[in-house]
Amino acid sequence: MPYLLKRVINSVLLLLITVSFVFFACRMIGDPALNMLGPGANDIALENLRRAAGLNDPLWLQWVRYMGGLLQGDFGVSYRFGFSVIPEADLKDIGVPVVDLVAERLPATFLLAGVAMAIAVPLGLGMGVIAAAYPRHLADRLVTVLSLAGVSIVQFWLGLMLIVLFAVQLGWLPTGGYGEPAHVILPALTLAARPIGRIAQVVRSAMLDELAKPYVVTARAKGVAEWRVILLHALRNAAIPIITMIGDELSALLTGAILVEKIFAWPGIGLLIIDSLSRSDLPIIQVSIAVVATLVIIVNLLVDFAYRIIDPQIQLGQKA
Amino acid sequence: MNKPLVNVEGLRVEFPSKRGAIAGVQDVSFTIEPGEIVCIVGESGSGKSVSAYTLMQLTKFSGGWVADGRLTLEGGSGNEIDLRTADEARMRTIRGNEIGMIFQEPMTALNPSYTIGWQLAESLQQHRDMSREEAAGRSVELLKQVRIPEPERRLKQYPHELSGGMRQRIVIAMALACEPRLLIADEPTTALDVTVQSEILALIRKLRDETGAAVLLITHDMAVVAQMADRVVVMQNGRVAEDGPVEQVLTDPQHPYTQALLAVVPKLGDMAGKTLPEPMETVATTDCQIDKPLQPGSHVLLDVRHLTKRFPIRGGWLGRTVANAHAVEDVTFRILEKETLSLVGESGSGKSVTGLCILRLERPDCGEITFGGQDLLALSDEDMRLARRDMQMIFQDPYGSLNPHMSLLEQVIEPLKNFGLEAGSALEDRAAELFDRVRLPRAFLRRYPSELSGGQRQRVAIARALAPKPKLIIADEAVSALDVSVQAEVLNLMMELQAEMGISYLFIGHDMAVVERVSHRVAVMYLGRIVETATREQIFASPQHDYTKSLLAAVPTLDLAHRAEKWELATKPPPSPIHPVGYVPEPVHFDKVTEDHFVLRSGVGPAGERKYGP
Repeated sequence: MPYLLKRVINSVLLLLITVSFVFFACRMIGDPALNMLGPGANDIALENLRRAAGLNDPLWLQWVRYMGGLLQGDFGVSYRFGFSVIPEADLKDIGVPVVDLVAERLPATFLLAGVAMAIAVPLGLGMGVIAAAYPRHLADRLVTVLSLAGVSIVQFWLGLMLIVLFAVQLGWLPTGGYGEPAHVILPALTLAARPIGRIAQVVRSAMLDELAKPYVVTARAKGVAEWRVILLHALRNAAIPIITMIGDELSALLTGAILVEKIFAWPGIGLLIIDSLSRSDLPIIQVSIAVVATLVIIVNLLVDFAYRIIDPQIQLGQKA
Repeated sequence: MNKPLVNVEGLRVEFPSKRGAIAGVQDVSFTIEPGEIVCIVGESGSGKSVSAYTLMQLTKFSGGWVADGRLTLEGGSGNEIDLRTADEARMRTIRGNEIGMIFQEPMTALNPSYTIGWQLAESLQQHRDMSREEAAGRSVELLKQVRIPEPERRLKQYPHELSGGMRQRIVIAMALACEPRLLIADEPTTALDVTVQSEILALIRKLRDETGAAVLLITHDMAVVAQMADRVVVMQNGRVAEDGPVEQVLTDPQHPYTQALLAVVPKLGDMAGKTLPEPMETVATTDCQIDKPLQPGSHVLLDVRHLTKRFPIRGGWLGRTVANAHAVEDVTFRILEKETLSLVGESGSGKSVTGLCILRLERPDCGEITFGGQDLLALSDEDMRLARRDMQMIFQDPYGSLNPHMSLLEQVIEPLKNFGLEAGSALEDRAAELFDRVRLPRAFLRRYPSELSGGQRQRVAIARALAPKPKLIIADEAVSALDVSVQAEVLNLMMELQAEMGISYLFIGHDMAVVERVSHRVAVMYLGRIVETATREQIFASPQHDYTKSLLAAVPTLDLAHRAEKWELATKPPPSPIHPVGYVPEPVHFDKVTEDHFVLRSGVGPAGERKYGP
């Protein structure tokens, strides 16, 4: 499967570039040791941290070492553990491996993004299809208004309003936290608002385009039932922009859930990035961003493969 | 006599508009007997499609409704089905089952996402309750019936893998799937090349004979009517102008509109024995004022030598060129002052690319283009821009080639501004003059393209091309999208301007009858090469190359005595112009038939391999 191979290799290259970029960017925002320990830190502590983390070496050497580690599955250890307690110790021996910290958070992020998309995709599709099937009718106008609201609503505000209504006033759901099924509902709803709106908008316009095409008349002239015309004939052909949009929104959920995770105290990767940024915990930032980038790249790969399955005309880089 | 299969009486179909309901068709009545081919003929907007679509209640999907009249279909056992009041569930048992339909655009009439097999099986499963296997078996039968080679393999193919002619046969097979008693064909050959058109028309007649289904054929082309119809319904402005057996309507038309429509149809062979182009026949005698013969000059205006253009097809790891589409291959011709050279050929023959290369809108790979003594390929971009002042272009689609957001005045004076030819109030004076010249009212200068008809827009496009007083106009299928009557007016205008202003034309077209009218010389293109070039008279009187012959033979004529009886259908796909990198085409060699008449002797295939014609 040469195309698959090519895309995977391209993706890996892209990932290496992203990881390197994050690596250098993290070291350009000032002295990492000083950033982490704060202005009041004494020179010995700083020196210990620098030595233990290899921050005294030339930048290129640090990069080579870091990339080498990554290739061997060594993602480094978090700075924030151990060094001030046992200043002479090697960080590798007592630090918490970053990969564990990140892995601990991933299930929460997946769960939240998954539930949000499980709400958004069917709702967005349904709303868009209904709007396109009855253009300019009441249902269409309602969908247009609702989807616009979903796209333009401020997540932060929506999250707080949901908490006020369902957690504080009605007391049906918890205000935040993680563990019970009930915990996921409010953050997932908050996250789903925008994808519902975007998907409904794209489905509506793509379906209207498709329903105006001659093959739809052909299908009707064959005596095909209208639901088949809409769901089998038109929706299949409208799938490309819809899948693109779903992929985009899924990527956005994986990277952009930070605010919602903060509001609902949801222990996802977004929260980890925020916390690590405020502590300048470079290994965690680097790995978290690399993980998120990987997820986005995978989503994009899947979208590309979906194109190939859906549209027989797309040869995806292969000659006819 | 039996009851008619279809009976339409006093039909009135209305559509919503800003000013309330408007009638698409009114007071339309006609009948279709079992097994009969009825042609509805008319120009755009005459309501011919609306009448047919209403039979299947398909107009309601575009917002229309039947306001008055009766539509009935004979139900097979003597009962009558009222097609006006039948509900959606009843209609679904009629659509595709009792009435099948064929559409104009085979490229878009099939769903691109499903295989041919799936789409054929769909109506069989819907109406005949067949299992998958039964439907597949029946589909193979249907594909054989429409003479598609390798039917089993086609079932697994997608529409984009097939040529236009093949797709149209698939659409026909789909329409025939449930053995309908009526087949509606809406301009089934308009989008196809002329050689494919003759095959499809022959196929439809053959299938009528085999299945006994009646055919309602909608067309704008009187020649198609002559080839196909048993009976003709002529429509004009939503009403029936005339209705009768084909012999009567074609040979003794009663209604002035029918007479006019027949008069403007250019007929192949009309120009036999004449050396110079002549204006088209039109009904309005005041239309054309050419007082001197269209005699070409003796100076060469445009000299094209060995023009070659290939489009790389990229693929592989780094987007390298993996193959080349040989669009134009070693093309040589010249145009004299005040001369019209027609470049004819079917879609994909490279005629449009040739036109674009002359204007350097596409950069040729090699060759020489000399225009008025200037080597165009050696010019800098800025000098080339200035050179284009003398060579203007008119495009096929008058809807797409005008900017919808610019007033006509702005569009017509734009070239004058570009070349710094006029300024200030002189601009507007010149625009008014140009509009006078193309016979558009001056008041139109303030209008926008959407307010004009297709023919009027094409006049604007001509005015725009004329603005910088060019020596050469490249007209790329400039009249193909227009109704015949409008087409005649626009062509006459072009000839008139040639007589008056000494313009040369490169006329790119596919309609041989039109080409015969307007050209001094003709070059026939096939697969990127000129296969034959001669004076117009020689090409039409004694075509030499096989391809030219087949092109001329395929043109439908108004002659009822010579209905095409060409049943053998070409099944080979046309050879591809796509060749691997490093492919060396056979060098061109022309045989000189007479002075000024050359025929390609070499094949169109690779060097060493001899392939001749289509």
